[in-house]
Amino acid sequence: MANKLVVSLSPHVHSGDSIQKNMYWVCIALVPALLCSFISFGVGAIITTAISVAACVFFEWAINKFMLKNPKCTVTDGSAVLTGILLAFNMPSNIQPWIIIVGALFAIGVVKMTFGGLGCNLFNPALAGRAFLLISFPVDMTTWPVPGQGFGTYLDAETGATPLAIMKTAFKSGDASVLDQLPSFQSMLLGNTGGCLGEVCAAALILGFIILLWKKVITWHIPVSILATVAVFSGLLNLANPVYANPLAELMSGGLLLGAIFMATDYVTSPMSKNGQLVYGVAIGFLTVIIRTYGAYPEGMSFAILIMNAFVPLINNKFKPKRFGEVPAKK
Amino acid sequence: MLVVLTVIAIVAAGVLASVNAVTAPQIEKINADNLAAGIKAVMGSDDIQVADPQEVDAFTVYGICDKDGNALGKAVVTTENGFGGPLKVLVGFSTEGDILGYTVLEHAETPGLGAKAGEWFQDKIIGMNPGKNNFTVSKDGGEVDAITASTITSRAFLKAIQNAYDKVAAAPDAASGATKQAGEKAPCDGKNGCCKAENSAGCDGDCHCEKEVTACDIETPEVIE
Amino acid sequence: MNNLKVLVNGIIKENPTFVLLLGMCPTLGTTSSAFNGMSMGLATMCVLILSNFIIALIKNLIPDAVRIPSYIVVIASLVTVLQMVIKAYAPEVDKSLGLFIPLIVVNCIILGRAESFAAKNGAIASIFDGIGIGLGFTIALTCLGAVRELLGTGAIFGVTLWGETYGMLMFVLAPGAFLVLAYLIVLFNKYIKKA
Repeated sequence: MANKLVVSLSPHVHSGDSIQKNMYWVCIALVPALLCSFISFGVGAIITTAISVAACVFFEWAINKFMLKNPKCTVTDGSAVLTGILLAFNMPSNIQPWIIIVGALFAIGVVKMTFGGLGCNLFNPALAGRAFLLISFPVDMTTWPVPGQGFGTYLDAETGATPLAIMKTAFKSGDASVLDQLPSFQSMLLGNTGGCLGEVCAAALILGFIILLWKKVITWHIPVSILATVAVFSGLLNLANPVYANPLAELMSGGLLLGAIFMATDYVTSPMSKNGQLVYGVAIGFLTVIIRTYGAYPEGMSFAILIMNAFVPLINNKFKPKRFGEVPAKK
Repeated sequence: MLVVLTVIAIVAAGVLASVNAVTAPQIEKINADNLAAGIKAVMGSDDIQVADPQEVDAFTVYGICDKDGNALGKAVVTTENGFGGPLKVLVGFSTEGDILGYTVLEHAETPGLGAKAGEWFQDKIIGMNPGKNNFTVSKDGGEVDAITASTITSRAFLKAIQNAYDKVAAAPDAASGATKQAGEKAPCDGKNGCCKAENSAGCDGDCHCEKEVTACDIETPEVIE
Repeated sequence: MNNLKVLVNGIIKENPTFVLLLGMCPTLGTTSSAFNGMSMGLATMCVLILSNFIIALIKNLIPDAVRIPSYIVVIASLVTVLQMVIKAYAPEVDKSLGLFIPLIVVNCIILGRAESFAAKNGAIASIFDGIGIGLGFTIALTCLGAVRELLGTGAIFGVTLWGETYGMLMFVLAPGAFLVLAYLIVLFNKYIKKA
């Protein structure tokens, strides 16, 4: 294959793009959400994130060094740091440190390195790690701290219901008045509500989205198609029966924004062509609302993305990127 | 060809029949022992007699008395759909309808979560009365703490007991068909203590009960040691 | 092929779980604990030895056209006998394996060995093949069950190693079975099969 490649004449211009650069811009885009989380949940948010990042980087380094015996260590590409941050963002801030480390081992060791490292993994490592923890430690992973208990709060945080749990109760009991317990939109926008540590502050996540679009790290296709689908679908449900929460609340609660902006857009596990990305986004949005409404768990975003991760090879096969200079075949 | 297959089938059937003859009584004994142990556990007493089971709607009801024939209550087998499949519970009620005990007979709940129902509710619902207490999980405004992270199992479990109470424990007549007030007239169908058989003395088709009749007066309560 | 070789062959070179990947239903379904895995392995081994032996004895009497139905009748009868015996004398095993005992009938290991070994070899060699394959299956299921039990509940054969409160549910549930099986196959290929 190699000798069949025709190398054109110089000059070649490097675009300046690299894995490191993209990964670190994503990390920077996540900083506002981390700060918001610190304000809401206190120092637990920072500790959890730090443990998670350290554990992910350590496992990536150790597996490279001792098991794969890979001379070129892949730790510096920043993907392990990003996985660590995203994994922490998907956990409550009052979680036990050893659970975080188990999650990091699963995310890096099982989901990423077993398949061959960055670029070969089928599933988003951080999300698969979260799904593993959610199934393995359902109690720890679903006792959410109440925000605003001071900056020193960690393991001792008081816990309470999340907006999604309230929505689920409303639907299950068929009593729309339960929805009155939902926090105000202002609280949801600023992260003054219960939930995973990185998902609560909608405003910070949207700021991160703007940074990513500005630096051209991601395109709008996946996030916008997910959000639009959720808005339309949950809007229709809400119109049909008011026990379903209104679409704005659905959009701002749970991991929807975090997932749509930072997780579903993971390069390795999302489709390559624009059309494929739209199909992928619409399917994720649809699945999320289905799981949130009818599933056993209150949150469906992580499962929806993981399910669609599995379909990415099929989507890539169907929606191939247009080759440069290609003319559609005449029928 | 046909002959060979027939011979093999006949030999196999013979082997199965003989093994079955040996094991069937043993299997029956184990099942009976399990049931007896379950009933003793849910009634919180070892000295009991158990009447023949009766089917009331979807429930199997055992009338329970002490050795002297005084009614202790009822043990009811009740089923409800849980998280992973049918959740079958044996629950003991006192004559007032207080819960004396329960045991989970069959379930398909998640191990480590819903499967904890067997122990979780032991110190929570015993002594409660579904007719007097608000017998739902605290999330739904009730008095019972749900199993952590297993609200669906907890709801199903409580509903199973509530249903058993509504259908059986709260309606004694429906349970045994035998409980008549003292002095009341009962038909001579052999079900009531005062009129054990149609031709027994004093039975004129319109017999007279002299004492309160309970499920325990059914002709031959099976005695469990 | 001498008998000892046949026996070892079943444990390593043709290990039904790690090499042939046969009988996956009980492998994944019953291994939530080491004891369950071992019970299932032993139950299968009993059926396998007897069915191999009986089929090797009667193989010359059976016309080719009806050999599969004949084998299945033999296997199904053995499994039913086993089920009745377990129900009567080992109710604890029956409680934990329940539905999976009758499913031994459709375990492809048993029909597979009947067809590929017992139908071509003598009765004694068939017994050794049954023991070898059965042991291979039992060892594999016990390992799988032990790893799942240890990771899932922190115990081995019911003996708690660290704290009652420990629990990693994933390994008790079905996804854990797939994961642990995959990693055990990796280790088996790397260290045992190669040697």
